[in-house]
Amino acid sequence: MDFSSFIHQLIQQLINGVSLGSIYALIALGYTMVYGIIKLINFAHGDIYMLGAYLGFFATAVFKMSFVPALITAMVGAAICGMIIERLAYRPLRNAPKIAVLITAIGVSLLLEYGGMLLVSPQPRTFPAVFEAQTYNFGGFVVNNQQIVILAVSVLLMIVLTYVVNRTKVGKAMRACSFDTDAARLMGIDVNRVISFTFGIGSALAAAAGVLVGVYYNSIDPLMGIMPGLKAFVAAVLGGIGVIPGAMAGGIILGVVEALVSGFISSTFRDAAAFAILIIILLFKPSGIFGKNVREKV
Amino acid sequence: MLKIENINVFYGAIHAIKGISLEVNEGQIVTLIGANGAGKSTILRTISGLLKPKSGEITFEGKGIAGKPAQDIVKLGISQVPEGRRVFANMTVLENLELGAYIRSDKQGIKDDMEVVFQRFPRLKERLTQLAGTLSGGEQQMLAMGRALMSRPRLLLLDEPSMGLAPLLVKEIFSIIKDINTTGTTILLVEQNANMALSIAHQAYVLETGRITLSGDAKELAASEEVRKAYLGG
Ligand SMILES: Nc1ncnc2c1ncn2[C@@H]1O[C@H](COP(=O)(O)OP(=O)(O)OP(=O)(O)O)[C@@H](O)[C@H]1O
Ligand SMILES: [Mg+2]
Repeated sequence: MDFSSFIHQLIQQLINGVSLGSIYALIALGYTMVYGIIKLINFAHGDIYMLGAYLGFFATAVFKMSFVPALITAMVGAAICGMIIERLAYRPLRNAPKIAVLITAIGVSLLLEYGGMLLVSPQPRTFPAVFEAQTYNFGGFVVNNQQIVILAVSVLLMIVLTYVVNRTKVGKAMRACSFDTDAARLMGIDVNRVISFTFGIGSALAAAAGVLVGVYYNSIDPLMGIMPGLKAFVAAVLGGIGVIPGAMAGGIILGVVEALVSGFISSTFRDAAAFAILIIILLFKPSGIFGKNVREKV
Repeated sequence: MLKIENINVFYGAIHAIKGISLEVNEGQIVTLIGANGAGKSTILRTISGLLKPKSGEITFEGKGIAGKPAQDIVKLGISQVPEGRRVFANMTVLENLELGAYIRSDKQGIKDDMEVVFQRFPRLKERLTQLAGTLSGGEQQMLAMGRALMSRPRLLLLDEPSMGLAPLLVKEIFSIIKDINTTGTTILLVEQNANMALSIAHQAYVLETGRITLSGDAKELAASEEVRKAYLGG
């Protein structure tokens, strides 16, 4: 490979990586926000992404919606499901030991995966083509319109999220709860409602990722959430779990690393790269790139 | 205004508050003094709804509040400045004050009250956009008090406001507490600095390992042999 083709390949993989990474980022945000408030790694989060993909699938295939309405339907539907799951499965365990909640999360995850198989069959479904696939060639770099849509939707959602968290009253309440739950209570903040809202937002973002992936890869199945769920978790840890910009950066970095590994080494090592990152981060900087020194709450 | 009757509070199996009764009359400063671990903070946390008493009654302005969620109690007009200030360190001074007014939606009223807080604590105004975590201990105490005042409480609970402050600052904080009281806010003050607390309070209660051992007029208690020996250094 000569130098110019190397550069070409590099840039092409960066383009692919950023679009894949923005999917991880959307999922990672839900992990990180929920962890920020209730210190729970919500292992069912990847399955909410799957649920979102199916909601998007039914919205487009059965109800013949176009892309944007289908995306919104999936996000709202997943938000409601996320809030119901929190209410039924996690809230009763609010004062229970961490391990009980973690095990419950794994249970919810399995329920969604195998309950999903029961309801919609384990067969992969073909996601309807909501846009005509088009590829653009910018001076030799290939970008397709799906990648552009993925990036545009992800960036838009992240901007909206950043605004909500930093500028709105509910966003301030979220940050307050995440920093010090009892102090937040003393401000008159209904912590249960904030937690519910956090699950709602996180689930909506994961659902958006699910729909985008459906559009991009055309194929969805009930176990599709497992791997991206784990990878998004890696992304959240990489960025610093509990830190919102960290999840965004972690997702993008992970996506780029994966794309580079599959472009330059072999796509077989793609998944290994993600978990190698996890191990490296846990060994050398467990608080993640953006994480402050770990300061457990007393 | 506030009446606590025979409450018992537990942390798991630990019986922290053993049948305590106390009363806070409107317009007064009432202080609760006692050694480390006596249960002072536990009482405040129970009034605020962060803890539920196992038994007993708490009434505020005639309404039973024992076991109500904390956010409802703030709305009734009780605000707490917790031990160790507990400001939101990763947020600005302004955001902390805004959170203090979380239960309110009267924009103009919030603005006006913020001005009142700035008059009381001019240093906060100079540091509006600074992160609360970067304030000095005294400034954080002022912020915690300003934040608590932003909900317009009729009863203010203060948990060791003098903790870790230099003597000069302690004096300043106590004169501010007195001033907050004269402008119409009833205060329940928890302190280790019994001397200072008794000097500004009307009524006082002495707490020992979960029980009230002495109570009465603050001036009289300050003069009593028992209190002088145990809490005022002879
Ligand atoms: N979260 C908790 N879990 C278990 N025990 C607790 C907890 N908080 C307080 N206690 C116990 O309850 C008792 C009363 O504690 P509390 O914090 O109310 O004391 P305090 O009078 O405020 O002391 P200090 O002056 O040191 O602040 C202590 O024996 C303490 O060890
Ligand atoms: Mg205390």
